[in-house]
Amino acid sequence: MSSKVSSSNNISQARRTVQQLRIEASIERIKVSKASADLMHYCGEHAKYDPLLMGIPASENPFKDKKPCTIL
Amino acid sequence: MCDQTFLAISFGPCDKCVKTKPLMNIYIKTDQFNYCSLCVEMMANEGLRDNETLSSLKNESETLKCKLEEERAKLHDVELHQVADRVDALGQFVMKTRRTLKGHGNKVLCMDWCKDKRRLVSSSQDGKVIVWDAFTTNKEHAVTMPCTWVMACAYAPSGCAIACGGLDNKCSVYPLTFDKNENMAAKKKSVAMHTNYLSACSFTNSDMQILTASGDGTCALWDVESGQLLQSFHGHAADVLCLDLAPSETGNTFVSGGCDKKAMVWDLRSGQCIQSFETHDSDINSVRYYPSGDAFASASDDATCRLYDLRADREVAIYSKESIIFGASSVDFSLSGRLLFTGYNDYTINVWDVLKGTRVSILFGHENRVSTLRVSPDGTAFCSGSWDHTLRV
Repeated sequence: MSSKVSSSNNISQARRTVQQLRIEASIERIKVSKASADLMHYCGEHAKYDPLLMGIPASENPFKDKKPCTIL
Repeated sequence: MCDQTFLAISFGPCDKCVKTKPLMNIYIKTDQFNYCSLCVEMMANEGLRDNETLSSLKNESETLKCKLEEERAKLHDVELHQVADRVDALGQFVMKTRRTLKGHGNKVLCMDWCKDKRRLVSSSQDGKVIVWDAFTTNKEHAVTMPCTWVMACAYAPSGCAIACGGLDNKCSVYPLTFDKNENMAAKKKSVAMHTNYLSACSFTNSDMQILTASGDGTCALWDVESGQLLQSFHGHAADVLCLDLAPSETGNTFVSGGCDKKAMVWDLRSGQCIQSFETHDSDINSVRYYPSGDAFASASDDATCRLYDLRADREVAIYSKESIIFGASSVDFSLSGRLLFTGYNDYTINVWDVLKGTRVSILFGHENRVSTLRVSPDGTAFCSGSWDHTLRV
């Protein structure tokens, strides 16, 4: 951002910073233990749907290399 | 309060004092005014109460910052990896490159998947934007942009259009057409106008709105049809390098990361910054929301990736190793959020266990730094783009 006018806007910038910090200080927070537990829960629930985690059988893998067909 | 967005110096009559002076084009609550600098200064001082001076405001901001830290620290009762001890460790992973997409003439800078899980769009330094079919490695569309360093590209949710931008300071939307006779460049629509390079863009849930991040320090939400600015987001002190929208169920927010080492979470409708996180030591190159929307990860030039939880309002995990000294350029989660894929400037991709904080696997293969990385929408694969001109799936 332009720094030319920052000197004349120091006051307005400082006011804005203070207002922003006031907003941030007043938000509701939860404990890290609860947040971590929720993250783990989400992982556990969705792990079975995660192909990169579980691996996909080769028959379903759309990206597997196709071998050339042989004519019997 | 005055909000300064695009600083265009023009000369003319001031809207307030009617004198002819050099004007500043400023926005107050989305209305545009042209005021001379004297009036701006006076307005800035007008709103102050008697005892508010610059130094008192600075003091207050310092105390508020300390208070914020204290509040955050109070709730920091346990580390994520301690809680995750109960979870089983992941086995060894073997991931192979299944497809190599060659065709770009220069460094690949950005890529995005289509919702149909097979197409992807990628952009590169030579100005080319190519749409590939990842299953067959065919190129379906190719557009040449008039500028080089196309640093941002995005696929529309419907799959009918792509958006890209870079050094031309704007974001252009190209509708995708399969008609061989049509020239795609002719249908281009310029949507965003910034005063510096475009670093990231993303469609919101519909084809009609685009969110952009730019080197001028702002993010902006645009309407595609009319090209009108719907909302602008100010707060970063330096270039904004990346952004990511919250997964649709959890609402109208997005996170942006910039060269000022801050990651900020914004409300799309009000333009207000809701939270900000400043624990990185260097520029944040990439941010990505956790699939549940309650957390996000960021990758930075300080060679670490960090996980921030939005509800606990703090950083909950750092993914780093002594042996990693090169900056991380891009990050993405697997579908369940258990794995974190990060691309680094030392040509490797590291896979981390999100909960335990340990590295699960390293992937080699690129011959130059990995610049972008995205997991496909159904989670079956991920694509990485690199400065070695190729993309690997």
